[in-house]
Amino acid sequence: MNKVELRGITVHYGEHAVLEDFSLTVKAGRIIGIVGPSGCGKTTIVRSICGFINPEKGEVLIDGKLVYSKTGRVNVPPELRRIGVVFQDYAVWPHLSTYDNVSYPLKKRKTPKTQIPELVEEVLEQVNMIGYEKYLPSQLSGGQQQRVAIARALTTSSDFLIMDEPITNLDAKLREQMLVEIRMLQEKLGTTIIYITHDQEAAMQLCDEIVILNDNGSIAQIGTDEEIIKKPANRFVFQFIGVSNFLPTCIKGGKCYLSLDEEILLDDNIPQDYPIGKTRALLGVRPMDIVFDDNSPIKAKIVQATFLGNIYTYFISLGKEEYRVQRIATGETDDDKYREDLTVGVKFVNVKYFDMEESV
Amino acid sequence: MTAVKNKDFLKLEGKRFFSLDKLMTVLCYAALITVVILPVVMIFYYAFWDGSKIDIDMFVKVLTQQGNLKAIKNTVIIAFFTTAIATVVGVFFAWLLGRSDIPLKGLMKFLFSIPFMIPPFLAAMSWDMMFSGRGGYVNRLLMSVFHLSSAPFNINSVAGIIVIEVVYYFPFVYMQVVSALERMDPTLEESARIAGAGQLYVIRKITIPLTIPAISSGMLLILITSLSNYGIPAMLGFSQNIFTLPTMIVELMNRAGGSFEGIREAAAMSIILVVVVAIALWGQRKLTSRGSYDIIKGKSMRPMLIKLRGAKYPLLVFSLIFLLVVVVAPIVMILLISFVKAYGLPFESQNMTLANYRRIFVGNIMVSDSVKNSLFLAFSAGLICLVLGTMLAYVVNKIKPKGGTVLEMMAVLPYSLPGTVMAIGCMLAWSGAFFGITLYNTIWIILVAYIARYLSYVLKSSSAALQQVHYSLEEAARSCGASHMETLKDVTLPLIKPAMISGFFLVFLPCMRELTTSILLYGPNSRTLGVAIYQLRINGYITQAAALSVVTITLIIICNNLVKFVIGDRRRK
Ligand SMILES: Nc1ncnc2c1ncn2[C@@H]1O[C@H](COP(=O)(O)OP(=O)(O)O)[C@@H](O)[C@H]1O
Ligand SMILES: [Mg+2]
Repeated sequence: MNKVELRGITVHYGEHAVLEDFSLTVKAGRIIGIVGPSGCGKTTIVRSICGFINPEKGEVLIDGKLVYSKTGRVNVPPELRRIGVVFQDYAVWPHLSTYDNVSYPLKKRKTPKTQIPELVEEVLEQVNMIGYEKYLPSQLSGGQQQRVAIARALTTSSDFLIMDEPITNLDAKLREQMLVEIRMLQEKLGTTIIYITHDQEAAMQLCDEIVILNDNGSIAQIGTDEEIIKKPANRFVFQFIGVSNFLPTCIKGGKCYLSLDEEILLDDNIPQDYPIGKTRALLGVRPMDIVFDDNSPIKAKIVQATFLGNIYTYFISLGKEEYRVQRIATGETDDDKYREDLTVGVKFVNVKYFDMEESV
Repeated sequence: MTAVKNKDFLKLEGKRFFSLDKLMTVLCYAALITVVILPVVMIFYYAFWDGSKIDIDMFVKVLTQQGNLKAIKNTVIIAFFTTAIATVVGVFFAWLLGRSDIPLKGLMKFLFSIPFMIPPFLAAMSWDMMFSGRGGYVNRLLMSVFHLSSAPFNINSVAGIIVIEVVYYFPFVYMQVVSALERMDPTLEESARIAGAGQLYVIRKITIPLTIPAISSGMLLILITSLSNYGIPAMLGFSQNIFTLPTMIVELMNRAGGSFEGIREAAAMSIILVVVVAIALWGQRKLTSRGSYDIIKGKSMRPMLIKLRGAKYPLLVFSLIFLLVVVVAPIVMILLISFVKAYGLPFESQNMTLANYRRIFVGNIMVSDSVKNSLFLAFSAGLICLVLGTMLAYVVNKIKPKGGTVLEMMAVLPYSLPGTVMAIGCMLAWSGAFFGITLYNTIWIILVAYIARYLSYVLKSSSAALQQVHYSLEEAARSCGASHMETLKDVTLPLIKPAMISGFFLVFLPCMRELTTSILLYGPNSRTLGVAIYQLRINGYITQAAALSVVTITLIIICNNLVKFVIGDRRRK
């Protein structure tokens, strides 16, 4: 079943188009990540679903029911849409205690007075905030305010949550912990969660499905983390989800060459995913997928070598550019034989080809 | 699904007419047009409409009268010198307290805040008691000590008015500059000193230019206030027939006695006053818009203090004497006079009495009425401005309707219009011109005028608070199931409550001491404290005027401390 359906949503702020004919379907009972660079329109999507803004065009359906349609003149107010929202800036009310913040939705939904304390307790337990009932937000840390915000969203609806960059303001360790907790919560309650973030790693760790947005708010790719890693839809996605190197290539006489100062043969055939009908394209490769191989005809000079953790990071110069290479230490004695100023042969594995013209 | 659609469709249809946003926007427009625009329109109507056609002869007539020209000249001269001298004094003290190592800063800062609590016309009255030509206490003292045949000072002159306005208004510049100095990046000064520049050079070339925006906004305040001030020139000038535009307008209005021609004359003079203010605003902007100043950081820092060395104690003595004379002397004078048996008697124990207080409180209906009226007016104006101003702030900052800036401009218009002009506008608008409503001679017309004049105070204070309330706090309430109205009640209003309370007192306090508008609008039963004091003074009951002044000042100080207590208490919570 579909929890949310957006159909052809268009939102402008003044002249500036944020969403243009944006459509998206979210299935019930899953965590879906919406990932995109800052300012691409993620919060605007949230606000359209919740009813805080009225898009100029398009329709919004929740649980199959039309809640917004410009042409049909339907606009269910936000308070009747029953969505638990965790805001980017928490939006925990500073003048109310933890208990009052969390019980507010219950009061507004006319829950019988006698049940409220019990329900609040239950939710606070889920977010590990028992004992903080009387605290004001100013007496809580960022992470604790975050939990209050999640608890409040849960009392609003344990069925459908939207979290807008909920953990960006937390430190790394707490972030990790919150991700695990959100996942556990979802599994326990079967909640549908739309998880908004600009952090692709968190999204891949948490979400069943990921929607990657382009800079202009359009959808670049939808898929599981595996699909996105293995088959990035375009150069933007490839670049967005990890550190990436790009090298120019060309096709001549049915063969594929690296086109640096001189042209070096890469492939005797035109690679399968080479942009159709193009004679030039960019080769994309991850640092881990550049391999040192003395037999390779492609020669590069190591400009810089560093060792951190158990990973070697190199910068190699090839043609006019520098590229990043990573290698996991094998623990053998010749691990450090690749030193600065050494000229080495390099080979590329797991390469992807991308259209050159595509703007990023 | 169609059922859902129909239900929501109806809801949407309903919203089109009863949305809270729309309702508030419409209410704001209605209120501002009634309270601000109608009076302004009426002034233009009377000034340019002779009953049958548009005519500007009235301006010609007004501008060819010697008395009126004299008043214009006086107004401009007083405003110019007041602004110039008060700015120098204000900047000097701001620098002394903000940048030098002079001792006793706390005491001096406290003294600077006192003039804001005493109504200007009261201060003027007190100075008059000290320095008026023959009768002034200080003048007489000096004459007897130095065996002078004539009074050394005459405060009932243009120069006297300038001196008192300077004394009273220099804190405007002082306050602005002190806060700018506190936010200024001290490294700018330090680097100049390190580069070998002398102290005076640094002050002249760095400190002063960098504080120019603050100086200029303080100057602007002084300029407008001086141009539109009624109390000081009225107290000091009337006895010598020295008029300024505001006092002339009131005089014309009184002389008119309700005649159409007379009212038109006053309306024309009002427009001339507005034009003078507008020219001043424009000229001031022209002067200071050159160059941009990007040196003020938001963060407060501890600047390097400049050592005064040998000049320290002479400057301290000078400053303290200045402040004592300027701030403390008038209060002491009023206090003494309020206890003396008859004005002019020396302050000796056998001449002292409590009779003045007894006279004003027992059996003087005018006085007891005025206390009641002022309390009622200040309280109601505060409350109405609180509601209307906060609603306006919400509309302007949160709803942002298409004509939002128009609303804001309408609300702050009376702030730059002289109170005299606003009062005449109210008088013309509410004497039956619209819907047959006649408020003239009642307390309600004063209330309407107060609301118009002070609405922008609440607007400013509530706007600043609302800008701190992020959208998401309200949206969170909506998504939790609260309607728009409930969101306002549960989230928005509680969050801006401290600002609303201080907004209330920002209106309450000036209303308590108001003279300019009430002197034009009062009726037999609607005298205010200001009017009562003024009339006691004008009619020669000087000692009683002093007693009532002491009562007024006490009331103001009590209310002021109440505010500080209430607000401070909230902050601590
Ligand atoms: N109220 C607003 N008025 C004008 N522009 C806005 C407003 N809200 C957002 N924007 C603009 O819309 C774009 C998308 O904003 P947003 O949806 O908040 O991005 P994200 O959440 O992905 O960072 C941004 O360029 C932002 O500057
Ligand atoms: Mg955002």
